[in-house]
Amino acid sequence: MATLTKQQIGTVLAKQGILIAFAIFMIVFTIANPKFLTMDNLFSVVRSSAILGIMALGVTFVVISGNLDLSVGSMMSFSTIVVLDLHDELGPLLAIPAMFGMTLCLGAFIGFLVGYLRLNSLIVTLGMLSAIHGLTLTYSGGQNMDIADKEGTWFSIFGQGSALGIPMPILIFLGLAAILGIILSKTPFGRKIYAVGGNGTAATFSGIRRARTVFACYLISAFCVATAGLIQASRSLGSQNTVGQGMELEVLAAVILGGASLLGGSGTIFKTVIGVLILGFIQNGLLIMGLEFYVQYVVTWVIIILAVWLDIAAKRGKLWSSIA
Amino acid sequence: MTGKTPVLRLENIVKTFPGVRALDGVSLSILPGEVHALMGENGAGKSTLMKVLGGIHQPNEGQIIVAEEPTVMSGPLDAKAKGIVFIHQELSLAEELSVAENIYLGELPRKSFGRVDWTTLAEKTNAILKKLNVGFDAGTRVGDLSIANQQMVEIARALTVDAKAVIFDEPTASLTDAEKVVLFEVIADLQSQGVGIAYISHRMEEIFKITDRISVLRDGQYQGTLNTAETNEEGVTQMMIGRKLDLSRNVSHHELGDVALEVRGLSCGDLYSDVSFEVRRGEVVGFYGLVGAGRTEIAETLFGLRDPSAGTILIDGQEVKIHSPYDAIERGISLVPEDRKGQGLVLGMNCRDNMTLPQVDDLKAGPFVSDGAEIAIFDQYRDKLDIRTPGWKQTVGNLSGGNQQKIVIGKWLSMHPNVLIVDEPTRGIDVGSKAEIHNLLRDLAAQGYAVIVISSEMPEVLHVADRIVAMYSGRVMRTFTSEEVTEENLIAAISGLGGDQAA
Amino acid sequence: MDISMDKGTVSKALKNGAIWGFIVLELIFFSIAGEFMAITDQAFMDIDNMLLLLKQSAPIGIIAMGMTIVMVNGNIDLSVGATFAIAAIVLLDSMTWPIFAGLGDWVIPVSCLLALASGVFFGAINGLIVWKTGVDAFIVTLGSMLGFRGIVFMFNGENPTSHLNWTLVDFAEAEFLGLATASWVLLLVTLAIWFLMARTVHGRNAYAIGNNREAAVNAGIRVGPHMMINFMIIGFLAALSAVVFYAESGSVNPNDGMLYELWVITAVVLGGTKITGGAGNVIGTFGGVLAIQLLRKGLGHIGADTSTVNLVIGLILIAVLFLDRQLNVKGKEELKV
Repeated sequence: MATLTKQQIGTVLAKQGILIAFAIFMIVFTIANPKFLTMDNLFSVVRSSAILGIMALGVTFVVISGNLDLSVGSMMSFSTIVVLDLHDELGPLLAIPAMFGMTLCLGAFIGFLVGYLRLNSLIVTLGMLSAIHGLTLTYSGGQNMDIADKEGTWFSIFGQGSALGIPMPILIFLGLAAILGIILSKTPFGRKIYAVGGNGTAATFSGIRRARTVFACYLISAFCVATAGLIQASRSLGSQNTVGQGMELEVLAAVILGGASLLGGSGTIFKTVIGVLILGFIQNGLLIMGLEFYVQYVVTWVIIILAVWLDIAAKRGKLWSSIA
Repeated sequence: MTGKTPVLRLENIVKTFPGVRALDGVSLSILPGEVHALMGENGAGKSTLMKVLGGIHQPNEGQIIVAEEPTVMSGPLDAKAKGIVFIHQELSLAEELSVAENIYLGELPRKSFGRVDWTTLAEKTNAILKKLNVGFDAGTRVGDLSIANQQMVEIARALTVDAKAVIFDEPTASLTDAEKVVLFEVIADLQSQGVGIAYISHRMEEIFKITDRISVLRDGQYQGTLNTAETNEEGVTQMMIGRKLDLSRNVSHHELGDVALEVRGLSCGDLYSDVSFEVRRGEVVGFYGLVGAGRTEIAETLFGLRDPSAGTILIDGQEVKIHSPYDAIERGISLVPEDRKGQGLVLGMNCRDNMTLPQVDDLKAGPFVSDGAEIAIFDQYRDKLDIRTPGWKQTVGNLSGGNQQKIVIGKWLSMHPNVLIVDEPTRGIDVGSKAEIHNLLRDLAAQGYAVIVISSEMPEVLHVADRIVAMYSGRVMRTFTSEEVTEENLIAAISGLGGDQAA
Repeated sequence: MDISMDKGTVSKALKNGAIWGFIVLELIFFSIAGEFMAITDQAFMDIDNMLLLLKQSAPIGIIAMGMTIVMVNGNIDLSVGATFAIAAIVLLDSMTWPIFAGLGDWVIPVSCLLALASGVFFGAINGLIVWKTGVDAFIVTLGSMLGFRGIVFMFNGENPTSHLNWTLVDFAEAEFLGLATASWVLLLVTLAIWFLMARTVHGRNAYAIGNNREAAVNAGIRVGPHMMINFMIIGFLAALSAVVFYAESGSVNPNDGMLYELWVITAVVLGGTKITGGAGNVIGTFGGVLAIQLLRKGLGHIGADTSTVNLVIGLILIAVLFLDRQLNVKGKEELKV
């Protein structure tokens, strides 16, 4: 009987593990530092997570469709640099759609390679990570990009403005999450994404045009990246070429933390938002404790592995035996 | 047979899992030099028994006795060391490695510095291959071999130890008839060397051809052992399901409608050529032939998964071009594929979502999928097809094979197709559900559907089809009506005898 | 039947030879393009230039050999760049540790051993996690890529770690039979891993596991420990690569080694190793390494900057994937799913 209780504990741990760990974490931090659980701090966590979160929304689509996107970081650098440059060339009104167009082209290219040509998404997006980075450097000539007239542009509202007392990045993040969440869970298109990711062959055998579905997921991902780039540019009004570097990992971490399986076919937008917030709170908590950014790296690593491990163990139903 | 010491004996084996008594007092003995069939429906406990034998599960009660010595098996390797060898249904070979490396996988002979001792390896392998009398050598890359030869590699692996008993698990599932003959020769050879053979299969013809005795399991209980010579298919089936299965000839009692599908001179590369036939509403047309005769490939072409190299397809008299399953579904062609789990279902999805998947675009309320419409469809076909599931939220992967197959059939019926193609409708489905599916297919025809059934099982096509298209090597040899067909002329046709010979 | 066999052989030969054909193409292209566009007067196909190329291939090449066995094994290691940086810091930092103060130049072998040991250690961590948790190597090492990088920063914050030991520099810059130390190390590592993969039981088992993991388990191969050893090998080689490189340069930035995994994987995939495991060899990888270095150098020769190199490498990786797929398509035989 003792083994049965152990098993039960294992199952609960495995199913709710990440939430339990999160709760413990929140309690410890709140006790350790009263500043942690204040409204101001909560707000600042969500705000600082918004850019990452918006990218994670798009990557969630890609991951559910059974693919990966490691190029979102360098794509975000690209859109930030492009929109900043075009801001002075064309004015913000034209710069924004132009940047979205260009970013969507990149997304379409990846979607074509992975969806229609059926190339391995890990390697394709790894290649695109490098290629887009090169593209950005070529575009900017290796220079940092700055808006000439930082005071006199309305462009800053996406990153710095607020409505109803809520900062714009948060509004955009939550708004986009709501829309994409509904698309994913309620529309035929969303259903098809789950089918394609769950069993692509069976999806084809059910008349679903798989290539088209995957292609659309990469377009959505690119759209999210462009939005994130817009906010990033608008917030800082100037940027380095490498602003998004390494973000693909954090984005993926958030999506995995949310419980989406990298094998495809499972995950939700809501869970991804939770994943983003967990990651945000952890980073914030460490920051408040005065730990350097690189400690976050290590902690994030541990958390990702724990999360996936618990997930796998829950599916196999044998957490204990897998440790032994 | 009496007087010999069994090479392997199971005594009163009990294996329980939480809530299930998977094996309930199974006793069995395999004598040296006999081929002993082990039969039972899916879920009867055959695979659990194999796992107990292989040491993957430990029995709760009872004993495994190898050559009169009670033994405890700690795992497949231990079993092998004790002379009990398994030939699995799914081949477990490393394609990139050579034949020799595969045969001695995990036990490659070593020299200093962990080097492989290639000379010894080749010598040992060649000795075994010689015994099996195969046409390839030790250095051949396994991926370059045919499926049948790959199976020979598996068998060769069994011969690396002094095997006392060899257990074959559905070994002929993917073999052609010619390849089966070779396999049976090898089995006979093993037999003559005094090895005891346990043979698990669903295929009655084989069982009656090669086995000496038949043991039957049902619901984890041992039902008895029969001498093959003293029983027949009916007797065994009855023992397996506890009642009689109706496999009488079908006779249509209803009127046939118009031609729903006509195929003229359809060809697809080397796969098949010049295939013509028609299917009327209210009719079941059976496609019968050996594996590789081109039946499944025709279905795949009709469903848009292959592009034909010549020929025309007409639906309701209209010529159509079909380039993808999407096109096919638009034209009212549906395919229940052979590989249910790989091609038919998204196993991680729930029952309802699987069933409505092809028409999810049409079940909208505004821009969203209408929950109500979906559940209505699911409920309707659950009742109609008698699908046993706790509810629509149940994950399809948790259903039994028969219920899964009904979900796939329901998926297409709910779209009211012009033509329903069913490829191997009862593969891997237990005998009880088989009868249900057969009746269902007959009912569909009676309701006016045009149905194509592709099957490798002769009793099945004879039972369900109004007409039978016999195929051999990519060609239609002859089309029989149910009055004309006999087992003899059907076998002659699919073996390439009679009619025009294909190359 | 015969025709399809022929097709198979042709495509195989094409695939095996493709990388060397690509190298020849690159050589021709850069030699000709160099005539018109080069910034220097030096010819591209100069023997000194080629020897230098071999030396410059070493850091990526040494790691790529380890990646070959890991990928054939059915895994991947994305954390090699971070392991590389850790080993570099251990190498340079430990030479200044007070406890080794009395050793004189004997500190060099001690520090090298420490650096190599750290590589093995971090490889073992990856391997242990993959083995014990059953989490996919891709995720584990993706995480480690972040985690190990965090550890790199812990040594010295965002500051570089520097220490020049002239004896070590002399050793690194030494030449033997016209080849630099780094080139020798690369060649020896290539030979050693070739031997390991083609001739030893461990190597053959790596193929077996990559091909059909379940079969390997059933045959009694202890897959977990086996994979862990391979992760330790790649960790060791990442550290060896760092030792070879930083012996000469003497200063490491905490961001060093970033994107190495990309270069290494590109080289390995270019060399014909299957991403899904089970097939590939070290000779192909060696070709892949040379091809990439040629490309970097060649682009530099005709005046392109790093950004172009990044762009081209990324696109080439995708192009190779595309070609590989095209060569493997069975045409009409294949279902359109």
